[in-house]
Amino acid sequence: MATEQTRGLGRLLITPAVAALFIWMIVPLVMTIYFSTLDYNLLNPGTEAFVGLENYFYFLTDPAFLASLQNTLVLVGSVLAITVIIGTLVALLLDQAVIGRSIVRLMVIAPFFVMPTVSALVWKNLLMHPVSGLFAWIATSLGLRPIDWFAEAPLFAIILIVAWQWLPFATLILLTALQSLDEEQKEAAEMDGAGAFSTFFHITLPHLARPITVVILIETIFLLTVFAEIYVTTGGGPGLQTTNIAFLIYSQALIQFDVGTASAGGLVAVVLANIVAFFLVRIVGRNLET
Amino acid sequence: MGRITLEGVRKSFASHLIIKGADLDIDDGSFVVFVGPSGCGKTTLLRLIAGLEDVSEGRILIDGANVVGVPPSKRGLSMVFQSYALYPHMSVRGNIAFGLKMAGLPKAEIDRKVEAAAATLNLTPYLDRKPRELSGGQRQRVAIGRAIVREPKAFLFDEPLSNLDAALRVQMRLEVTRLQRQLGTTAVYVTHDQVEAMTMADRIVVLNAGRIEQYGSPLELYERPANIFVAGFIGSPRMNFIADEAARRYGAATIGVRPEHIKASRDGEGWEGLVTDAEHLGSDTFLHVDIAGIGNLTARSIGEIGLSAGDRARLLPDPAHIHRFDENGKALHA
Repeated sequence: MATEQTRGLGRLLITPAVAALFIWMIVPLVMTIYFSTLDYNLLNPGTEAFVGLENYFYFLTDPAFLASLQNTLVLVGSVLAITVIIGTLVALLLDQAVIGRSIVRLMVIAPFFVMPTVSALVWKNLLMHPVSGLFAWIATSLGLRPIDWFAEAPLFAIILIVAWQWLPFATLILLTALQSLDEEQKEAAEMDGAGAFSTFFHITLPHLARPITVVILIETIFLLTVFAEIYVTTGGGPGLQTTNIAFLIYSQALIQFDVGTASAGGLVAVVLANIVAFFLVRIVGRNLET
Repeated sequence: MGRITLEGVRKSFASHLIIKGADLDIDDGSFVVFVGPSGCGKTTLLRLIAGLEDVSEGRILIDGANVVGVPPSKRGLSMVFQSYALYPHMSVRGNIAFGLKMAGLPKAEIDRKVEAAAATLNLTPYLDRKPRELSGGQRQRVAIGRAIVREPKAFLFDEPLSNLDAALRVQMRLEVTRLQRQLGTTAVYVTHDQVEAMTMADRIVVLNAGRIEQYGSPLELYERPANIFVAGFIGSPRMNFIADEAARRYGAATIGVRPEHIKASRDGEGWEGLVTDAEHLGSDTFLHVDIAGIGNLTARSIGEIGLSAGDRARLLPDPAHIHRFDENGKALHA
């Protein structure tokens, strides 16, 4: 892109792509903003009226909002912690030369290919079911009282399911990073007298800082919008115990049929996601530089 | 102290025998170079001494104590790797201090030792930089600094200069030898570059296909090679080998003459042949001469002697410098 002419031509050629992307993004956003200012309920069609910021007021002052915001943060934070910590350990394990390593790797990666609704159903009916679930069977055969997961620890149950789904992703990224760690560096540390733990904390972990950052950023984007697992298992309950922002907006729009408030909630979620992204990039994004 | 002794050391990977029995005695304070072609096992032998590989058979003694089974860090050796293997996220100071930190030395003492090592290697201005901000030569020096700061019984160098450009390599070669002499620490140095071997070593170990072919001082190897392999490996350009008729006249299966021991002239005494190539370096001239019944010989002459490709030339070997070998390639001594 050296000359004036090639630069102009370049701009001309990328214009259609940029325009398509722009329309793709801006039309839904503008429509959402528009709906968020209307009193728009699907039960009373044809009575839409402009109400200004009233929908935002209702959404933000709804007690469900703070509860679901807290649930969202707990869910995202817990899943991140579980997947990064266990993912690192599993990756370390898979990096060792063991017999049948390729098969084990394939099996570790498998949960990522199971669609969220299916895995949620499997967890709900086959594993966590208080009567016929595997966990209940283990508990009763040990003489313990089986846990009714979705009644007694609903958010924790959701966290387990989502973490199980995202663990392969973290493991895979961290494993490839581990494999790129220079063998001579580990040997140098060995000559320097570093044991397994010192080598891990002084050599391996700093090497993993960047891939861990990537895992955190990418997972956060998807974990803020977890929906299928909640819809299939608890439906946001009991009460509001497993309602996150995404599920709250869904319930506003399609359970209470209030499109206006749901749109306002959607925009609040956009703002929240940006706030989270801003802090995340500030805190961990440093690792991506250089 | 740093006396390293190898007794019947063998190493095999799977069923493949890489080191086929090595016996070696490295004196305290000496600079020993392992040299040989690619795949001869020189790096493996070094890694066996370091403890990064386990020996399959035999014993390795450091100052008389058997170290087989002793972890690398407990052997009191330090190693400079080919890729330097610096820790990328640590500063130069952190890199040099790491071994001392692992040994649990008090902070003040670590600082003192690191500063001293940095001063020796002219690294003081760079102590707070990261490895990626350093040039190749500086990184090399950090790797050496990491080795010397632990005051080991011996240094192990694994082709440390192979990533540097030619000019820097010559300079670092001198620096490493000077530093080793100044510290008086035993050094074992692996290289495939015979110039490095000749210039740096007190004694050279020539390895070939997992065997020690000869162990001796550089000049010993040059003047009295034990066999054809050593004769051909040490010296540049390569020694000329002549078999059959011409060799039988000297009572050997093969004779060898170094290019610098062949006198080339336009019309003097000796074998006559056609100059196929002539390399004019200014200081030297390398002539490749095709001689009927003998083969292609290389002759080295000082300066210009006025012969070029296509000329006829006469080559006269210096009878005092003819090496004789039997049919197994062993040197025959008069």
